[in-house]
Amino acid sequence: MEAALFYILATMLVAFAILTVMASNPVRSAVYLISALLSMAGLFFLLGAEFVGAVQILVYVGGIMVLFLFVIMLVSVREMEVQRKVNRQWKTALVLGIVLSFELVFLVVRGADIFRTDTVGQEWILEAQTLNTETVGGLLYSTYLLPFEIASVLLLVAMVAAVVLTQKQL
Amino acid sequence: MLDNIWLIPLFPLLGFLINGGFGLWKVARTGTRPPKPFVYCVACGSILLSLLLSLSCFWALLQLDPQDRIQEVEVFSWIHGPAVQTIAGELANFKISWGFQLDPLSAVMILVVAGVGFLIHVYAIGYMAEEEEGFYRFFAYMNLFMFMMLTLVLANNYLLMFVGWEGVGLCSYLLIGYYIHKKSAGDAAKKAFVVNRIGDFAFIIGMLMIFTYFGSLDFTEVFHGVEEMFPMPEALWGPLCWIALLLFIGAMGKSAQIPLFVWLPDAMEGPTPVSALIHAATMVTAGVYMVARSSAIYSRAPDVLFIVAVVGICTALLAASIALFQQDIKRVLAYSTVSQLGYMFAALGVGAAAAGIFHLMTHAFFKALLFLGSGSVIVALHHEQDMRKMGGLRKHLPRTWWTMGVATLAIAGVPGLAGFFSKDEILWRSFSNGHPLIWFVGVLVAGMTAFYMMRMMFLTFHGEERLSPEVASHVHESPSVMTIPLVILAVGAVFAGYLGLPAWLGPNVFEHFLEPAFETRYHAAGETVHAAHSTEILLTLVSVALAGAGIYLAYYFFLKRKEKAEQLRQKYAGLHRIIRDKYYVDEAYDFLFVNRAKGLGRFLSAFDNNVVDGAVNGSATITQISAWLSGQADIHIVDRAVNLVAEIFEFLSTVLRKIQTGLVQRYALFFVIGIILVISLYLYMGV
Amino acid sequence: MVDVTHYLILSTIVFSIGVVGVLTRRNVIIILMSIELMLNSVNLNLVAFSDRLQDLSGQVFAVFVIVVAAAEAAVGLGIVISLFRNKETVNVDEIDLLRG
Repeated sequence: MEAALFYILATMLVAFAILTVMASNPVRSAVYLISALLSMAGLFFLLGAEFVGAVQILVYVGGIMVLFLFVIMLVSVREMEVQRKVNRQWKTALVLGIVLSFELVFLVVRGADIFRTDTVGQEWILEAQTLNTETVGGLLYSTYLLPFEIASVLLLVAMVAAVVLTQKQL
Repeated sequence: MLDNIWLIPLFPLLGFLINGGFGLWKVARTGTRPPKPFVYCVACGSILLSLLLSLSCFWALLQLDPQDRIQEVEVFSWIHGPAVQTIAGELANFKISWGFQLDPLSAVMILVVAGVGFLIHVYAIGYMAEEEEGFYRFFAYMNLFMFMMLTLVLANNYLLMFVGWEGVGLCSYLLIGYYIHKKSAGDAAKKAFVVNRIGDFAFIIGMLMIFTYFGSLDFTEVFHGVEEMFPMPEALWGPLCWIALLLFIGAMGKSAQIPLFVWLPDAMEGPTPVSALIHAATMVTAGVYMVARSSAIYSRAPDVLFIVAVVGICTALLAASIALFQQDIKRVLAYSTVSQLGYMFAALGVGAAAAGIFHLMTHAFFKALLFLGSGSVIVALHHEQDMRKMGGLRKHLPRTWWTMGVATLAIAGVPGLAGFFSKDEILWRSFSNGHPLIWFVGVLVAGMTAFYMMRMMFLTFHGEERLSPEVASHVHESPSVMTIPLVILAVGAVFAGYLGLPAWLGPNVFEHFLEPAFETRYHAAGETVHAAHSTEILLTLVSVALAGAGIYLAYYFFLKRKEKAEQLRQKYAGLHRIIRDKYYVDEAYDFLFVNRAKGLGRFLSAFDNNVVDGAVNGSATITQISAWLSGQADIHIVDRAVNLVAEIFEFLSTVLRKIQTGLVQRYALFFVIGIILVISLYLYMGV
Repeated sequence: MVDVTHYLILSTIVFSIGVVGVLTRRNVIIILMSIELMLNSVNLNLVAFSDRLQDLSGQVFAVFVIVVAAAEAAVGLGIVISLFRNKETVNVDEIDLLRG
C-alpha cells in the first residue's frame, strides 16, 4: 500500500518537476511547480511528517508560489513566447545534470547497505498521530528556540529587504 | 790654512745664491730689480774672496816640501753605494766623497781661474752697465760658473770633477743664451750643450770603465791602481787605452777639438765677458786640465797620446786656416782659441804636460785680454762686430789699442812676451820628443796665428775709418772699470812667460813646480832626440822668423797694399770661399746628424700624433662604440624582454578575460562542473 | 519495501532536474522556481532520514529550510522586480554588466 502510494507520488513529483523546467510559459511553469510541491507534501505525509507537510502546503504553495505568480504577472513581457526558452549552454547543462544524477544515485546505491534495515510499521501513518505536531512544536520552543527566533528575524529582514528593493527610488 | 780649500768654491756659490735668490724674490714681489751696486759687490766680492783665499793657500802650499805638496780635504761623504765586483774580482764600494785636493796642478788652475775670473767680473760691471732687465741673472750665472769651475779643478775624484764638468757646460748654456730675445743666441746655446754632451757621454763610459777596473774614482786610489795593474805601457786597444781614449773624447767636446769644435764659434753669441771667461780662459781649458791630471793613465797608453797630439795639431791647423778669413772680430778670436787649445793638446800628446799647462796659463792672460779688448771696441761702436766697418780706432780707443796690441804680439809669439815662451816650449818639446812633423805643422800654425791676429789689429785700429756715420760720432774710450782689467791682464801677458824660461835661458820655475803632479815616466811613442841647446835656439829662430813673416804679410796686405789682398782673393775665390765658410763642417753635421735627428723627431711626433693619440682616440672611439652597443642592447634586448613579459601578461589576461562573461548562469555551470569533479574525486578515492 | 534509499534516489533525481533548470532556462523566475525545486528535494531527504532515524530534528530542520526558502524567495523576487524595472528584461543572458 505504502509502496504504491510512494511510487504514484514519486512519479507525479518527477513528472511535474520536469514539466516545471521545460514549460515555456512561466505561469504554466508555476502551476506545474505547485503540483510538484503538492506531491512533495503528500510524500511528507506518507513519511509521517504531518507538520512539515502542512507547513509545506500552507507556506510554500500558499505563500511562496502565490508570490511567484504575482511577480510573473508583474514582469511578464508581451513577446515572451517568441524568444528562446533555453540559453546557449543547455546541451552542456543537460549532460552535466545527467552525469550529476548518475553520480549521486551511484553514491546512494553504494551506501544503501548502511541504510537498509527493517522498515518501521507501515501502519504508522494511518494512525492518528497528533503527537507529531505537538512534538515538533515542543522542540521548536525548547531545543531549537534560538534558531526559531533567528528565523523570525530573518523573515523580518526579508520583508524589509523586499520593500526596500522594490521602491521606485532606491 | 790649507784645510780651508773647500771655501774656495763656496764663495762663488754663495754669490750665486744671494744674487739669484734675492733677484728672483725681488722681481716676483715688487717687479723691480735688485739695486745694481749690491749685485756688483756680491758678485765681484765673492770672486775676490776666492782669489785671496787661493793666493794664501798657494802660499801655504809653497811652504811645504815639493814631494809633500798635496793636501786633501773631504767636506762630506756624498755617495755611499753598494759593493760591486771589479775586473780583478775584488769587491769595491762605489763611494764618492765631496772632497777637494790642492796640489801644484790644481793650485795653478785655481789661481788662473780666480785671477782672470775676478778681472773679468770687474770688467763685466762696465760691459753690462746698460742691461736693465737681466743683469742680476748674468752675475748670478757667472758666479755659478765660477763655483762649478773651481769644483772641477779642485775635485779629488773623477765624479766630482764631472759634476763641475757638467756644471760649467750648464752655465755655458745659460750664459751663451743670455740674450733671451735673440733666437740665434738660444740656438748657439743649444748647440754648445748638445755637442758637449756627446763628449760627456764618452767621458761617463770612461769613468765607468775606471771604476770597473780600479774599484774607485778617487784620483789617488785610481792612479795607484793604474801603477799596480799596468806597470808597463800598454799596446793598442787594451782597457787602459780605451779609458784614455774615452776620457779624451770627453775633452774633445769640452775643449773644442776636431770633430767637436763647432760649438765654439757659435758661442760668440753670448756677451763678451762670457766669451772671455768661459770660452777663452777657463771652461775650454777643462779638457786640458783633465788630461794633464790623468797623466798616470795617459803615460801608459802611448798610442792614445799620439792620437791626442795628432788631433790637437790638426785642430790647430784647421782653426787657424779658418781664422784667416773671418770678418767678425769675435769669430777670429774664437777660432784662435780653438787653435791654441790644439797647441795645448799637442803639448800633452808629445809628453810635455807642463808645457801644455804653461801655455794654458799664458793663453788665459792674452786671450782674455783680447776678448775683453774686443768687447771694449764693440761697446764703443754700439755693438758693431764686423771688422769691415771698423778701422782707425787707435785714435779713439788708445788704452784698448795698446793692451790689445800687447796681447796680439804675445799670441803671435814675439820674443820677450808670454806667448813666445809657452809656445816655443811646446814646439821644442814636440821636436825633441821625436815628433818633427808636429813641430813643423806647429811652426806653420804659429805663422798663421801671427798673420791673422795682426790682420785683426790692422783692420780694427789702423788704416782708414770705415765706420758708419752714426757710430762715428759717438765713439769713445771705455770707462776705467773696463780698461783697468785690460791693463792688469796686459801686465800678465808680458811677464807671465818668465816663469817658464827655456832651458838655454834659465830655470823653468813653472815646470819644476808642476813636476810632482805628473808622471815622470811620461813619454809618447817616439824616440827622444837628445838635442843640444843649439838646436833649440835654431828652432826658436825659425819659429820667430815665421812669426815675423806673418806679421809683415799682414801689414803688407791689410795696410800697405790692400788691393793685393783683393786680387789674391779673386784669384783663388773658390778656395777662399771654402775656408771662409769653415770647410762646410757645420753644413755636413747638419746633413748627417742634425737633420737626421730632426727627422727622427718629426717621425716620432707623427707617431705620437697618429699612433699613440690614434690609439687613445681609438680606445675612446671603442668606448663610444661599446656604449652605443650597450645602448642598443638595452633598447632592443632588455626593453624587448621587459615588453615581452608585459605582452605575455597582456595575452594571458586577454585569454582569461573571456571567462568573465558577466553571465551568472555560466558561473553556475562552472559550479556544477566543480561539484561533479569533487564527487568524482570522492568516488575515486573510495568513499 | 520502500526504504529510505528510494526516497534518496528520488531526492537526487529531483535535485538534478532542478540543477538542469538553473543552468538551462533563460527566464530568471523559472530559475528561481528551479532553485525551489532543489530546496524541496533537500527537504525530502531530511524528512526521509528523520523518519528512518526516528529523530524529529530532521523535520525541524526542514521547517527552517522552508522559512529560509520563503525569505529568499521574497528577496529574490524583489531583486527580479528591481532588475526588470532597470533592464526591461527577465532573461539572465541579457544581463552582463559584470562582463570584462
